[in-house]
Amino acid sequence: MSLRAVVIGASAGGVQALSQVLPDLPAGFRVPVMVVVHIPPHKENALVDLFARKCHLQVKEAEDKEPLAPGTIYFAPPDYHLLVEAGETLALSSDETVNHSRPAIDVLFETAADAFGSGLAGVVLTGANQDGAKGLKAVCEAGGVGLVQDSATAEVATMPDAARIACPGARTMYLDEIAPALQAMTR
Amino acid sequence: MSESVEDIEIQLLLDAVYRHYHYDFRHYARASIKRRLLQALAQWGYESISEIQSAVLHDETILPQLLNFLTVQVSEMFRDPSYFRALREKVVPHLRTYPSLKVWIAGCSQGEELYSLAILFAEEGLAERTMFYATDINPAALKAAQAGVYPLDRIRLFTENHQASGGQNSLSEYYTANYDRAVFDRSLRERTVFSDHSLVTDAAFGEMHLISCRNVLIYFDRELQDRVVRLFSDSLTRGGFLGIGSKETLRFSAHADRFTDFVRAEKIYRRISR
Repeated sequence: MSLRAVVIGASAGGVQALSQVLPDLPAGFRVPVMVVVHIPPHKENALVDLFARKCHLQVKEAEDKEPLAPGTIYFAPPDYHLLVEAGETLALSSDETVNHSRPAIDVLFETAADAFGSGLAGVVLTGANQDGAKGLKAVCEAGGVGLVQDSATAEVATMPDAARIACPGARTMYLDEIAPALQAMTR
Repeated sequence: MSESVEDIEIQLLLDAVYRHYHYDFRHYARASIKRRLLQALAQWGYESISEIQSAVLHDETILPQLLNFLTVQVSEMFRDPSYFRALREKVVPHLRTYPSLKVWIAGCSQGEELYSLAILFAEEGLAERTMFYATDINPAALKAAQAGVYPLDRIRLFTENHQASGGQNSLSEYYTANYDRAVFDRSLRERTVFSDHSLVTDAAFGEMHLISCRNVLIYFDRELQDRVVRLFSDSLTRGGFLGIGSKETLRFSAHADRFTDFVRAEKIYRRISR
């Protein structure tokens, strides 16, 4: 496979889990990475600052109609869904919540699957709900690769479990295996 | 990747709706439109988008339902309180210098933003000299906006937002509770003109002092955003203000040079005076 984009979804325990994935992506990683973390709607987004300090790649909050750049990590802003448009630009929406969440992982994964097809890797990490399961299924059905955090090491296993059931072809991984696996897909 | 059958069907449906009913969704952000149409599909039990197309062309009672899927959004009063605080503290002092004011709430949906502004203007003593124009393309949403009735269980959030925005009175002074609904005072909309207006196909509205249009531009593609930003510029008086959503920006627009940042963090812009 030739990897063109990565989408990652995380919920409860997600910041901790992402801290073991995103900093391992090397400076030469030439693919955009889009991340949805469930955060309360009326909070300032501290994730960008937090990960900008830890990561080799550029880290920013996704903006509406922003063209995707390689080697950049985009976080969905609080209280907005993050979508990928055909033509590889980002879009935001304030549509109703999905799985009680805005941003929702399913929305990002499904639209990214549409835009990138077999060039997409979807990663579902720890979380206490089912968001991301339908999305990962869409990623796999479009020919992309699904990666799911090993449930025994997840802070909350509900979300990775649901993703594995929806998408049996997904590969189960420990956190420290994820960045190297993504890197391998770019070659 | 080649175009999927579904994407072709969506394009045909949007063409059909435009040609038959003159509602133009062809330049709406496609990923979001697609999600909404797939929701409609699941809810209505049709097999394909083409079946929706056939239904909407042959049965005009389907159109309002389709419009609801494609346009209606739930907003909240005083959403992003810091935006309304900035209007109150930074924009109102300029507005005070005018003997009469025109304010346009573009894409007012069910009216939450309109009532927020009407309350703010009342609290700042500007209501008497202001005409509000609340526009939307969806007749059902306009009707809801005109009614000004919201579920009581949303009032707690609205009240918190209003306080955080620098509200001077209690929000409860502006509505009466009626069973599980809050009915906002008729006096708040006495000076409001509700009107069917499309940002896509209709012309400029004259000489506004403030246009508030929040979380509408994100639903448009870049080309349509450009048209609308130009429309806003043409509709504003010199030095007039434009407020957009906190995650929206004029930065990618071809007409960004017609505006300057006024309160950058709150996405409040000012039309430059030339």
